[in-house]
Order: sequence, then structure tokens, then C-alpha cells
Amino acid sequence: MKSDHHVILRVIGKCFIPLIVIYGFYVHFHGEVGAGGAFQAGVVLAVAIILHSLTFGLANTMRAVPPAFARTLAAIGVLIFVGMGFLTVVQGGLFLEYQALFAEPPGGHDGQHAGIIIVELGVLFAVAGAMTTIFYALAGRVAEIRDEDW
Amino acid sequence: MTLETVLTTAPAWAIAHAPVMLVAVPMLIAPLVAILPNGRLAWLITVATAAVAFYLAIVTLGLVQSSPTGILSYEIGRWPPPIGIEFRTDALNAMILLLVTGIGFLASVFSWPTISSELGNHNKLGMFFAAFLLCLAGLLGVASTGDAFNLFVFLEISSLATYVMVAMGAKRDRRALPAAFNYLIMGTLGASFYIMGIGFLYAATGTLNMADIADRLPALTDSRAVQVGFAFIIVGLGLKAAMWPLHQWLPNAYSYSPSFVTVFLSATATKVALYALIRFLFTIFQPDYTFELASFHWILAPLGIAAMLICSFQAVFQTDVRRTLAYSSVAQVGYMLLGISLATAPGVAAGLLHLFNHALMKGAMFMAIAGIVLTSQGTTIRDFAGLGRTAPWTMTAFAIAGLSLIGVPLTAGFMSKLQLGYALFAEGWWWAVLLVVFSSFLAVFYVGRILQAAFFQPPVNPRKTHKEAPLLILVPLWILALANIYFGIAADFPLGLAQDGAVAALGLEAFR
Repeated sequence: MKSDHHVILRVIGKCFIPLIVIYGFYVHFHGEVGAGGAFQAGVVLAVAIILHSLTFGLANTMRAVPPAFARTLAAIGVLIFVGMGFLTVVQGGLFLEYQALFAEPPGGHDGQHAGIIIVELGVLFAVAGAMTTIFYALAGRVAEIRDEDW
Repeated sequence: MTLETVLTTAPAWAIAHAPVMLVAVPMLIAPLVAILPNGRLAWLITVATAAVAFYLAIVTLGLVQSSPTGILSYEIGRWPPPIGIEFRTDALNAMILLLVTGIGFLASVFSWPTISSELGNHNKLGMFFAAFLLCLAGLLGVASTGDAFNLFVFLEISSLATYVMVAMGAKRDRRALPAAFNYLIMGTLGASFYIMGIGFLYAATGTLNMADIADRLPALTDSRAVQVGFAFIIVGLGLKAAMWPLHQWLPNAYSYSPSFVTVFLSATATKVALYALIRFLFTIFQPDYTFELASFHWILAPLGIAAMLICSFQAVFQTDVRRTLAYSSVAQVGYMLLGISLATAPGVAAGLLHLFNHALMKGAMFMAIAGIVLTSQGTTIRDFAGLGRTAPWTMTAFAIAGLSLIGVPLTAGFMSKLQLGYALFAEGWWWAVLLVVFSSFLAVFYVGRILQAAFFQPPVNPRKTHKEAPLLILVPLWILALANIYFGIAADFPLGLAQDGAVAALGLEAFR
């Protein structure tokens, strides 16, 4: 790689990708007190991956974040969300009743707090995984018929 | 009654959480199945999940019937209803839930041979079964939620999964891809019309809970926003339910999707959209609002009649068996709409009974076709020549369901057309009865063409020996075929469900 004519793009990209990831997590964890939330955070995380593939090429990105990993991440996200609902039922509450998560004295809201954070984490995984999978599906698609054959 | 024994033996969690578990169990299992590498294991888990859902639907039905008010209300997250999301199950929901889970269970049992031959690549089957479970969860969610916006979310979950499943037919026939894309565009249009309607209702009433909207609407019937919202919702749900002339997505989607998907969709997807339509027409809006009465007389009844005549005609001229049945499905939706448009309890009950019976007969017919596709790979009527001799069990079940579709006495189809006739006569719509009979004669033609080819024509290629469909297909197929006969002779059970459902939808006292 002596004459890399993408060098500026790649260096700037390398600088930005960690910042984007940090910003994504900021949006996620700040979501409970300000604007933001897991969905937006998931999209921001996926944007970091998309930027990587734009600057370094799809093949490199697929090596760093394999499509199977993205798919599994999305599935695990859904699993966390619905599993949380089942956990509250097991703890004796109604479906997704976070208050029932821990045996708390009246007035305590630790269950609500923990429950929403975990569910949001599920949403984060699901959105980031699904967005990446959609991007891979669109970007990795090869034309089945050559243009001359039309 | 056996429902009581089910209730007494049911575990405590099932009693307490049945309405929500019905939706949550398939939704929990779907991502698990999606990451499974083994297709056969994914299938077994899917069958078990569908069985659990079926069991929970029976428990729900028992709970609804034994409840003093006839309504089960489940607060998600213990947020009380007008603010929180409520799962509200009454006799109407319970009937739809039972139908969808029952068909879902039988279809998932039968799915393995056809899916593994039509989709190939066993390692990717987990994703397919995940899509099926999500579709099931979405349909069940639509049929159990009491929140108008939540209904939209579940409608989209089921629809997105459906588009994926339809597109999977591309391995057998490339035309599945445009069919799926068409369905995607039309289905998204339907969903966005629905959500626009909900937007208008929300603007006018300030609430999304269905029961709460129903409480606040009587004071607002002159509001233009409410009327526009009503129009949007009818068009949106009509698109999803394949109301003529909004059915253009349906014939292609049914003809080119994998056989298993056709079985499941034909018996459930449009039915659930029709349920939502009934819920909006009778529970949320009241049939005595003037704009709604006008829409019954000038929109739903004429469109229903047009569907049953025009689509029956179109069915007669199709050369592909699956297309014939797809057009026939639109025609059957016409019968249901005609019953609903009477806006009387017997009319709605007749529509619901036909909805139930149509799921039985179309489920059986598409299952039989799936068996034929598996063994002989062809779905044109010419391909069916002589199959009555080479695959007698498959084709006999097909014939029974076909007779039921025509409405021959002693079959389920006869019972629902009889009820529809009674309801129409009670309102003095004798001309509509004549049209129903005429449309049934058209059914004689399009079913008769297939049966004639199968039983009275020699095989096209006598040396090519067709085999019978495998047992995994034959057993669910014959369960459905025998149900068509059983419910044609002893119709008390589905008729009771339909009448209770109509009463619950209209908010009346029992009229039985």
C-alpha cells in the first residue's frame, strides 16, 4: 500500500468511527434523561459500521463484523426484550411489569430502572444488528443478470 | 364440556397470562429459531411453539366463556388501560385466536416435507421458521390487542414476515419476487392508510385505546376528522383483507409463494384483517352512525357482491389451480363482507362462520396442492389430470374441501351459506340470496374443472408415476378435510363461536 489514494478518507474515517460509536452509546444511555434512546443509538452504531465499509470496502467490514454476527445480534436483541417480559412473569408480575423484578419496599423504583435499561439494550442490539444486516444485504447484492443481457 | 377440563388442568401461569403468552411465546422462540443452524431442529421447535399457542388459545376461549363479563383484560406492564396497552379478549377475539393457532399448528406440522423440498438449503431454514413464528405472533397480536396503535405494530410485524415468506418462493418460481414486491407495496399502502385513519381518530378523541375511542365517538359523529379517519381505516384494512377491488396483490402472492406459506396465509392473514375490520365497524364505530350505514349499503355490500361474482368468473378462466383458488378466496371474502354489511347479529355471525369454514376448506385445498407440488411439481390443471388414480388420498381430501367450497349439503361450506341466506332473507335481501346461489354455481364450474381433470381424465404422461403425498402432509390434510364434513353435520361448535363473536362485536345481549 505505497500509493493509497484513499488515505485522507481512511485516516479521517478511522478518527470518526470511534467517536460515532461513543456518541451512539451516549445517545443510548442518555436516553432516559434527555433526547435519544435505543433506536436512535442503534442506528448511530450501524452508521459507524457503514462508514467503515464506505472507506475500507465491504469485504474488510464483513471480516470485522461478520454478517452472521450482525444477524445473531439482532436476534439476541429481540430475545432480550421478550425474555425480559418472561422474567417479570416468572417474578410474579404481569408481562413487562418491571416493578416486579426485585422484591422492593414500596416507593422503590429499582426494578423500573433496571428493567427499562435492559429492554433498551435489547432494542439497541436489535436495531444495530438489523440495520447492519439490511446494509449488507443491499451492498452485497450482485446483479444476477449482466446489464448487456437485458 | 371439555373446555372445563382444559381449564381445570391448566397451569396457573397459563390461566393468569394466557392472552399475552399467546403472542409472547412465538415471539420469544422466533429469534432462538433464527440462530439455530439445524433446519430440522428449527422445525420441531416451531411445531412445539405452535402447539403451545394452540393450547393457550383453547385456554383463552375457556376463560372468555367462563368469565362473567365475557371480556378478558390484560394490562401490559400493569399500566391501566386508557394509557397503557391493554390486551382485550372477548368472544370474537377468542374465535379468531383459536382459528389462527389451530391452522398455524396444522400448517407447521405439515410444513417440513414441502419446505425442505421447495427451499432447499437446510441451514437457512431456521430463518424461514423464524419468519413464520413472527408472522404467527403478529397475527395473534392483531387479534388480541385492545389498542388501536398497537394493532398497527402487530399488523406490520405479521406483514413484514409475510413479504419475506412470499419472496422465498423464488427458488421454485422467479415470479415470486415481483409478487412479493407487489404485496409489499400494496400492504404498506394499506398499513399507512390504516395509521392515517388512526391519526385522525387520535386527533379527534385524544386516545388510542379501542374501548376508550368507542366511548368518546358518539359525541363526535359530525366531526369531519372522524369520518375521514373512518374512510382511511376501511380502505387500509380492506386492502389487507383483499376486499374487491383492492385484492390485486393476492392472486400472485398466493400462486408463487412456497406452498406452505399459501396454506397459512390463505387461512389466516386475510381473516385477521377482516377481524380488525369487524372490530372497527361494530365495536369502535357504531353501525347506527349515518356515515357508517351509508358505507354499508353503498360500499361494503356492493363490493362484496362484486367480489363474489367477478372473482368467481375470473376463477373459472384460470389455468393454474393455485390461481383459481386465489381468485376464489377473494370471492369468499365477498361473502363475508356481504354478511357483515347487513350490520345485524345474524349477518355478522354468518360472515364469521364463513370466515371459519373458509379457513378449513382453503387450508385443506392448498395443503393437497402442496402435496401435489411435492410429488409431481406442477400446478396447472393439465398437471392434475389423472391424479385421482395415482394419489387417491390426497385428491379425495381435495375433493371434499372442494365440495365444501361449492357449498354442497353436509359440508361446512353449506352451513355458512345457509346462515348467510337466512340472514339475508331476514333483511329482505332476497335478490342477494339469488346472487349467492349464482356465485355458488360458478364455484361448481371452477372446482368441477379441477375435479374433472383429476378423476375423469387419463394422466398426461402415463409412464410418469405420481406418488401419494407423505404422511406428514396427509394427516393434517385429512384432519382439515374431516373437519369440513364434521362441521357440516354438527355445526354447533363453530356456529356458537360465530354467534358469540357477533354478539360480542355488536355489544348485544345474547340472541341465541
